[in-house]
Amino acid sequence: MYHYDEYDKQLVQQRADQFRDQVKRRLSGELPEEEFLPLRLRNGLYKQRYAYMLRVAIPYGLLASKQVRMLAHIAREYDRGFAHFTTRQNIQYNWPELEAVPDILDKLASVEMHAIQTSGNCIRNTTTDHLAGVAKDELEDPRPYCEIIRQWSTLHPEFDWLPRKFKIAVSSASDDRAAVHFHDIGLRLVKNAQGETGFQVLVGGGLGRTPVIGKEIKPFLEKRHLLSYLEAVLRIYNLQGRRDNAYKARIKILVNALGVEEFARLVEAEWQQIKANGLELYEENIERMKAFFAAPAYETLDDGDSLLHEKLSDNPLFAIWYKHNTADHKQPGYRAAFISLKAPTSPAGDATDTQLDAIADLADRYSFGEVQATHNQNLVLKDIKQSELYELWQALSKLQLATPNIGTLTDMIVCPGGTYCDLANAASIDIGQQINDKFDEMDYIYDLGDVSIKISGCMNACGHHHIADIGILGVEKSGKEWYQITLGGSPGLDAAIGKRLGRSVEKERVADIIGDIIDVYREQRYDGESFLEAYHRVGIDIFKERVYASN
Amino acid sequence: MQVIKDQHIINNEWQHSDEIGEIPTGKITVSIAHWQTDRDNLIARGNIGLRLIATDSIETIKDDLNHFEIIAIDFEKFNDGRGFSLARLLRERYGYEGEIRAIGTFIRDQLYYMQRCGFNAFELVEGQDLQEALKAFTVFSVIAQPDVHQKTAPAGPWR
Repeated sequence: MYHYDEYDKQLVQQRADQFRDQVKRRLSGELPEEEFLPLRLRNGLYKQRYAYMLRVAIPYGLLASKQVRMLAHIAREYDRGFAHFTTRQNIQYNWPELEAVPDILDKLASVEMHAIQTSGNCIRNTTTDHLAGVAKDELEDPRPYCEIIRQWSTLHPEFDWLPRKFKIAVSSASDDRAAVHFHDIGLRLVKNAQGETGFQVLVGGGLGRTPVIGKEIKPFLEKRHLLSYLEAVLRIYNLQGRRDNAYKARIKILVNALGVEEFARLVEAEWQQIKANGLELYEENIERMKAFFAAPAYETLDDGDSLLHEKLSDNPLFAIWYKHNTADHKQPGYRAAFISLKAPTSPAGDATDTQLDAIADLADRYSFGEVQATHNQNLVLKDIKQSELYELWQALSKLQLATPNIGTLTDMIVCPGGTYCDLANAASIDIGQQINDKFDEMDYIYDLGDVSIKISGCMNACGHHHIADIGILGVEKSGKEWYQITLGGSPGLDAAIGKRLGRSVEKERVADIIGDIIDVYREQRYDGESFLEAYHRVGIDIFKERVYASN
Repeated sequence: MQVIKDQHIINNEWQHSDEIGEIPTGKITVSIAHWQTDRDNLIARGNIGLRLIATDSIETIKDDLNHFEIIAIDFEKFNDGRGFSLARLLRERYGYEGEIRAIGTFIRDQLYYMQRCGFNAFELVEGQDLQEALKAFTVFSVIAQPDVHQKTAPAGPWR
């Protein structure tokens, strides 16, 4: 993984020092809250329902074990013993004291971490495929480009006060696991007719109250021009994006207003004037960055480890975990192992300090000391020897981190919702719990195959409800929590925005209604047909009839 | 009133006028509309600077930039970042070498970023401690990407 050079170290420490000064000025009253607000947001500090919330950046979700230990330490010393992984592959703390935040930032800086640009109307953390570097279906590792983008966007002088937040995702695999169609800029590594690798550039995707699928503005961008092209997009957006209404300020609104052809033309014209302005990436730059992400020292092994096979046939629980919570690896003899942060009894994406410390130890022992956060709020140990999967499973089981539900109905994305968030209209965590309570038969869940449920507590859609098989959105009506259901969304290359099922439903009935929807699927599906396939074939009405007939 | 220019505190000589026809004496900045209406008189008068707002297009006035001793960019709100791009375009695309001054509503924590985009003068809102504000320029000693002063990126893995 990338390691800070002296430049990075100084920059991050100086940013922490700057924030310490800003906090001091706020506490002394010199800085009014109105001015402090955007400054603290640029450093990931929100004010929530009961306390401050600090969001810490995990660039493209990749962590070293010593960083995980520091995150555990912060959870223990400055929070209530847990932290929450987000859909931006970041982590957040719900209970830090304002006075302690500068110390937290110093501690983060000591392990090459920070909270820079994790909030505010600026360029946010770049996300990527959680199997980057090990996926069998990837063209090349996208992480060197993510890190290049991280460096370029860090404290960018021109783009710190954009009309609205700005999110970039990079994907390189044939199966898109980074939701590139739902980012302000989505980049896909692709090959052109000459066999060269470059980027397909998508713009204007996003969720929130106006979900939009990103549109292609450049089918093939040479790697060399990646940064100048990004700079051109950002400049057009900074100058022309709407600033009169926060809900119409994302780039997707500008792209739709101008039309994608006109937007692409403006970007192209701007880019032509700046493409030779010192932002070019030469082959040697890229190679130097790639070296940071070189494959670890794998042993020469074969697939089909005999110990693994023995354990798989002896231990059905292990076999189930293996089937659902591990993934193919490009290196023979290895697999990627998911750490499920979706135990039925705890909120999605939460990890305790004890679990984090243990995960760091397991990463050191089994996976070259690295841990990957996923945008689905789980973690991955990417490089597990097949012969060691059984030991790993045993260790994870003791830590309540081996719930064998990756990709299933209970592997839900759940935003913090009304439990913590000041913006929320309704609870999300309660709904997640309700669904976990209802669907507690694993055989039943496995029979359904991969079904995604994603829950947001408000229109801002942090829980990605628009791009779930079954999306749940919390709304408030006359002081009570209600929930809208959407069906048929998809985050992948078959990008689709879920369709509203009908009027919103009472909180108490959400899980039962999910049950009705699942019943329709089970009755209607052909052999081997996924929820999404069946939904597309039979249409929404049959689901609607069932859900609203009983009411 | 005092302003910061080239990281020093100096006395302000410039006023910002909106009145077409009734121009105060001394050094003044005018809007694009004012300039275009009264161009010949203003050239004859001298001591003229240009004043841009966030929605102005530099393209419409690019051939006249050499008439202006300063260009003031007026921030209606401190969180409106358009002025940052305007300053950068003035320096990098239109080759403007005179004073670029931030006026209106902005805060001292932004000065460093503004300076990197090409601003070299700052007229902070009344009541700010300018000595304190000067500290903004020394917070960072390193940068992660090129800017108007440093044309190529600093040393580093991609640079």
